[in-house]
Amino acid sequence: MRFFIRRGIFYIVTAWAAVTLNFFLPRMMPGDPVSSLIIKSGGQISPDAINSLKVLFGLDNGQSLWEQYTSYWNQLFHGDLGLSFAFFPTPVSSVIQQSLPWTVGLVGIATILSVILGTTVGTLIGWRRGTKADAVLPVATFFSAVPYFWFGLIAILLFAVTWDFFPASKGYQPGLIPAWNWEFISSVLWHGILPALTIVVSSISGWILGMRNMMVTVSSEDYVTVAQAKGLKERRVMVSYAARNAVLPQISSFALALGFIVGGTLVMEMVFSYPGIGFVLYQAVTASDYPLMQGCFLVITLAILVANMMADVVYAFLDPRTRQEG
Amino acid sequence: MTTVDTNNLEPQELPRPDAPGVSHTKQGPPKPKKGSQFVFLRNSKAITGMIILGFFVIIAIIGPWIAPYDPDAFSDQLVAPPSWEHWLGTTHLGQDVLSQLLVGTRYVMIVGFTAGVLATILAVIVGVTAGYLGGWSDEGLSLLSNIFLVIPALPLLIIIASSLDGGMIVIAGVISLTAWAWGARVLRAQTMSHRKRDYVEASRANGESTWRIVLAEILPNLTAIIASSFVATVTFAILTQVTLAFIGVTSPTDWNWGTILYWAQGNQALARGAWWWFVPAGLCIAAVGVALALINFGIDEFVNPRLRSTGRYARVLRKRGVQARVGFTPIDRGTTHGGVAATPQPGSPPGGNSFAPEPSGEIPASTNVKG
Repeated sequence: MRFFIRRGIFYIVTAWAAVTLNFFLPRMMPGDPVSSLIIKSGGQISPDAINSLKVLFGLDNGQSLWEQYTSYWNQLFHGDLGLSFAFFPTPVSSVIQQSLPWTVGLVGIATILSVILGTTVGTLIGWRRGTKADAVLPVATFFSAVPYFWFGLIAILLFAVTWDFFPASKGYQPGLIPAWNWEFISSVLWHGILPALTIVVSSISGWILGMRNMMVTVSSEDYVTVAQAKGLKERRVMVSYAARNAVLPQISSFALALGFIVGGTLVMEMVFSYPGIGFVLYQAVTASDYPLMQGCFLVITLAILVANMMADVVYAFLDPRTRQEG
Repeated sequence: MTTVDTNNLEPQELPRPDAPGVSHTKQGPPKPKKGSQFVFLRNSKAITGMIILGFFVIIAIIGPWIAPYDPDAFSDQLVAPPSWEHWLGTTHLGQDVLSQLLVGTRYVMIVGFTAGVLATILAVIVGVTAGYLGGWSDEGLSLLSNIFLVIPALPLLIIIASSLDGGMIVIAGVISLTAWAWGARVLRAQTMSHRKRDYVEASRANGESTWRIVLAEILPNLTAIIASSFVATVTFAILTQVTLAFIGVTSPTDWNWGTILYWAQGNQALARGAWWWFVPAGLCIAAVGVALALINFGIDEFVNPRLRSTGRYARVLRKRGVQARVGFTPIDRGTTHGGVAATPQPGSPPGGNSFAPEPSGEIPASTNVKG
């Protein structure tokens, strides 16, 4: 239990740090881009929306910093992230609400696939080290050194332009109305295959290399030799003795690598014009839409914290030591 | 603050594996003996990595002089495939892609290495302080680096870079602010393992000041870890700044490999099938990334003899029909005995940052396979 309380406190502190960072960033930056956005929009914004933007970006200079900070929190708890300029006049929160399921679906499924596949392959290669299976290593090294989005470009060139297998962009067939019918769902799946495959291909090598190195280290431990000496089946030694211990750092590095992976997949969405939060962020950048950028950062950070908590639960499930502690 | 040049990957800076008979958990002499200082360079992976990286460093220096055209100059050959005139074809405005690539290398290298140096210095300060002092300052600094590890770097960088509008040094500085946390975490774990060792206790008993113990006693023993974290940070910085340039948050008129991809993506290079426009830039990124990864593998194998002997004996084992599996830790009696021990350090982050394995507490040399 102590493990969970400790981690819980850590997540609360991190969430607070992220929100506070988000509060201070626009106040520390030189210039005042949001005021100019408000002026440019020429009186089309309601006074309420202007007021909420003022709270978010600290344009109301009469207030003290502490007053600004408390009203900022107050506004966040009401789910008000300001008004988007790229999708004028939609509020930021509803823009993000629409895009988040796409990202969670695509990135979530692709990442889980990549972790499971990569860890399995890494287990096998690490167990049979020194055989021809090691030929995977240089390939994996190459793949891990390439930015994700470049893979996306190559994948589009090969599979969408040269051979017309998959659609090159968008989350579903333009013109379809999102609904729970087969036509729409199949279109979503069809459009998701290429981005998901690209994410898996570009992120899997990290998992393979990490797991392989851990297997090499773990398989010389005494308890593995003992298990072997007891005459246990090869498979059982590999899975229940070596891999079970080697996988623990994989889980903890999953939590730490998540920010990096999500960053890579956000750019992937930009390449594929996939309607997730990464593409929204891209549109926000091209339109200099600061409220939307800040909102995206906040939501992405919170989503990563949630994913981290899930990794912690899995870790506690796999490692009895964390459960026994308290 | 540090006296150790974090940029220095020269072999003599790296600690040598223990001499025979020295207990595995005590790391040995920080000073290498004569003749053995090229152990690191005997590693073929490290050599290959150094050669590739050296090539790109040279290009970064001489690139703008050997570029056949001005990278900004227009010509009437629009989106032309590679020819003798333009080795890597042209862009939608008739600019020479090869020249852009050559000129852009300098930007990539400067940002990568500057960010690497800055982030490594930060990591050393935070990590070693936290590890050596312990107590509340450790709790606080660890919390700080864990927060920075969890907060996603790229969206944060996008926000900062798009409102800063800065040059390459500003970009490098901002990247380094998000890149130090991993190294700090690893260095903290290592410092904690060194803090209680005999040589540190001895210098404390001799009345050496805390500064001297940290700078002159502990830091030299962390050189391999610092070097490995530096290399990983440079990789991260290069990937990140190329990504930022690709998205278009940095100035699109400063040539670097990401800017080339930005213009290619924005002008339908994909739909036009203009592969020469974006394939070479990606391959360059990949080549630098592979070079840095190879150097890091070299450092890893240098530190963890299990990984090293695995590679060295693979062929011998195959020839004998032995399948290396459990219990086989082939130890090369010729050069190394045992290895540098380490306390558990956190697993490496997959996804391209660093693939440092987790060295376990002790390295049993129970079974020998002699070649």
